[in-house]
Amino acid sequence: MADALIWLVALPLAGALATLLLPRAAGAVVIASGLGTSMAAGALLYGVATHGPLHNAIGGWSAGLGIALRADGLSALLVMMTALVALAASVYSSAYFNTAAQRARFAPLWLLLWTALNALLLSGDLFNLYVTLELLGLSAVALAALGGSAAAVQAALRYLLVGLLGSMLFLAGVSLIYAGYGTLDLAALAKVVESGPVVWPALTLMTAGLLLKTALFPLHFWLPPAHASAPAPVSAVLSALVVKAAFYLVLRLWLDVFADAVTAAAAALLGLLGAGGVLWGSWRALQAERLKLLAAYSTVAQLGYLFMFFPVLQALPPGPARELAAGGLVILALTHGFAKAGLFLAIGVIQQRSGHDTIRELDGTAQRLPATTFAVALAGVALIGLPPSGAFLGKWQLLAASFATGQWWWIVVTAIGSLLAAAYTFRVLGHAFGHGPYPNQAVTLAREEWPALLLGATAAVVLGLAGAPLWTLLEAGA
Amino acid sequence: MNFDTALPLLVVASSLLPGLVIFFLRESSHGPRTALNLGGAALKLLLVGIMIWGVFHQHVYETRWTLAPGLDLVLHADTLSVLFVTLSTVLWLVTTVYAVGYLENSPHRSRFFGFFSLCVSATVGLALAGNLFTFVIFYELLTLATYPLVAHRGTPEAVRGARIYLTYTLIGGVLLLLGTVWLHVIAGPTPFVEGGVLSRVPAEYHPQLKVIFVLLLIGLGVKAALVPLHGWLPQAMVAPAPVSALLHAVAVVKAGAFGIVRVVYDVYGVQFADQLGLLIVLGVAACITIVYGSVKALSEDSLKKRLAYSTVSQVSYIALGTAILGPVGTIGGIVHLVHQGIMKITLFFSAGNYAETLGIHKVSEMNGVGRRMPATTLAFSVAALGMIGVPPVAGFISKWYLGLGAVEAGMAAWVMPVLLASSALNAAYFLPVLYRAWFRDAGPAWPAEHIPAARFETAGALLWPPVVTATLALAAGLFAAAPYSPLEWADLIARREYGL
Repeated sequence: MADALIWLVALPLAGALATLLLPRAAGAVVIASGLGTSMAAGALLYGVATHGPLHNAIGGWSAGLGIALRADGLSALLVMMTALVALAASVYSSAYFNTAAQRARFAPLWLLLWTALNALLLSGDLFNLYVTLELLGLSAVALAALGGSAAAVQAALRYLLVGLLGSMLFLAGVSLIYAGYGTLDLAALAKVVESGPVVWPALTLMTAGLLLKTALFPLHFWLPPAHASAPAPVSAVLSALVVKAAFYLVLRLWLDVFADAVTAAAAALLGLLGAGGVLWGSWRALQAERLKLLAAYSTVAQLGYLFMFFPVLQALPPGPARELAAGGLVILALTHGFAKAGLFLAIGVIQQRSGHDTIRELDGTAQRLPATTFAVALAGVALIGLPPSGAFLGKWQLLAASFATGQWWWIVVTAIGSLLAAAYTFRVLGHAFGHGPYPNQAVTLAREEWPALLLGATAAVVLGLAGAPLWTLLEAGA
Repeated sequence: MNFDTALPLLVVASSLLPGLVIFFLRESSHGPRTALNLGGAALKLLLVGIMIWGVFHQHVYETRWTLAPGLDLVLHADTLSVLFVTLSTVLWLVTTVYAVGYLENSPHRSRFFGFFSLCVSATVGLALAGNLFTFVIFYELLTLATYPLVAHRGTPEAVRGARIYLTYTLIGGVLLLLGTVWLHVIAGPTPFVEGGVLSRVPAEYHPQLKVIFVLLLIGLGVKAALVPLHGWLPQAMVAPAPVSALLHAVAVVKAGAFGIVRVVYDVYGVQFADQLGLLIVLGVAACITIVYGSVKALSEDSLKKRLAYSTVSQVSYIALGTAILGPVGTIGGIVHLVHQGIMKITLFFSAGNYAETLGIHKVSEMNGVGRRMPATTLAFSVAALGMIGVPPVAGFISKWYLGLGAVEAGMAAWVMPVLLASSALNAAYFLPVLYRAWFRDAGPAWPAEHIPAARFETAGALLWPPVVTATLALAAGLFAAAPYSPLEWADLIARREYGL
């Protein structure tokens, strides 16, 4: 089982190299290595569920010297989400990029991004995390610039600068930790870290860098242009996975490694910024004129919900209630990943078929593509947090924990944010009804429409109805 | 999983799965679509028949599925859920026949029938919900499934009506959710148990329980169209006739009323709700709604809108019965859940027939329609007289029990005037319609005659549904004392609720 850890990094990396050597077969290589990586992700998830946390020291070097990969419930779940989302986006990309030259440029960067994501999720030490974070940022910027338009290049450049600043802040924090404790291994650090003047500046620097990368309000300014001008499959992965990777690190540091050093005031600050993101992001999404911009601002809002969990988790004593709320946070993050990826793929179909993604002029398109419109609806259900989506369970836990800890203001923000999400979702769906020409059948473009439909259905139905094992997995693999 | 634990799930799945398949059928696959629709409806009827028998004999049917630690999706058949499930299943079958006749040549049929099936699945799901959490899930699903049906025609008015509908119901849904989560935090899981579960909550939480009740009441009141939360209902009349019929008789409006019944009887417990002083709140809201809806109906010339305001008024009889403490009032409220459904669906089928056959949309265009369409008008008349409360139609039974219950509970002083005023107003807005239809002479031409009179006065698939439901409305009144009649079943529910 522990071999799956290596395969998860090695397979996409080998695929990336293969696409450089065989540019003509790039499309096929992406699908093949994507399938292999997804199977490894499945094996990892199964392994963690049955055996608990897994560990693999590459080459047999002991911790602190070699590169160690490890996986617990949280990272196994995120690796699985990454695999499914990236696989769906890979299938879609083979239709989206319709020339071999486009596919050849896209493929190596795409698989490199996938490698970086897996390596980040499976790393157990701060220096490796820094390296994977940098690799992830660079491949993401290159992919975002693939569109080639002036707007895309400009947005990508800003994305690059923000990403580099974020990594530098993170690295500064890491070096303070190394100076203070002499180790960067997360497991070792968790045992020795205590609240005090060594940890606080280091954690502040690392967190600031990560918040910039995860686009927490008001550090989100770079996200909407970058995500809205990238090619659709890239936007899907940027919004669903790349910001989620930085968020994963915040989660790991705050709730796990440095949990003892975190104060209630600091958690409240994160929650407050999250609430700002929910309100501002949702509001801007409602104002957006283009579908991709709507989706990008909705990402700002959805990340806000995740941060609102921090103050309630901080207030809950360790025990079942806290585990329950933490599981809610994870299922909300997973649901958003699937929903947002599905939404961006569906928008890609709309954009390619109609030549634009202006919301006001969607009438004909929405009726000509019923399956794609349905995928938008499924993603919307998950973004609003309606049942039976996974987000419904996540928001339920957020509300319950807020009631239980008496922090009623998060309840108000959640309620308003959900209604705003409903408003921006149904503003789009209202265009699906009318007297335009319509096809004889729901699905007309199988390879383009099914990935979005399946991602949307996973978010809106599967995670909600079959999400219960997640809590067991998080507990067993902690 | 054996049959007893699978049955509630099968009842939901018998419309859910056909619905999902229908989405992916070709528009032109008329045969398979109709077969799936009717096959699912017939299968559901069979399954529900088994369920009725079993529940009567104290058999336990329960499907349980864990969604998260401490949060179970529970489908459970008790007497009250069986009543609502039976109503939905029978009326779904009839409405499907009607909808096939009504829509079979219009565009987007796969989408329509797909969501139509989802809508019924959601209704049956919330009827069978075994706890408040499950109820909320299906309640929201119902909102989602009905939105495309209301917007179906795609005209700007339809999209606008659907948007207003959605605005009301989603805000209501959020309040319902907040109340449910809050209750969950205070009292843990809230299974629906006859007699309620909250009376054991310590007294220090009672003020919070009152606030929660108001949250739940607003959330449910939006769908039940309690004044002033009823604004969406007349706007939603832009929907095609079978949708209006379903919305008003079983699905949306009834879901809200059913939820109120559940919360009062099986979450709070009617005695405990009375102790907290909550029944008065509900009773006053119901009385205001009953009178207000009737007054608004008086001045509406559009037939469907007049029927819509009539729904606003009539559905609150259920809430009123719930607010009257004592088994007799309970019987009156619960039996009206069924009676109003059968009568109102008849009225909407008939209104749809007038519009589809002759292009009649307004009351003022109905002169002499009784001679041109006697069977439809006869069905309409039976249902309208029932709404007024004329014996022996079903509506009389409901009003009789409500009045008797009010006297028994010592609430006659304010409930009786409301009942009398409402009956007088019902007569005032229905009798002129009947008079026009039967006794006035028809004008030189109908507004737009789509279907010429042939063997029947209109297409067969449109004619039979109202005739069947009108017969049911009459039978529910005439044979009220027969075993398994709605009244007898409501009596059984009341006896189990009060532990008699």
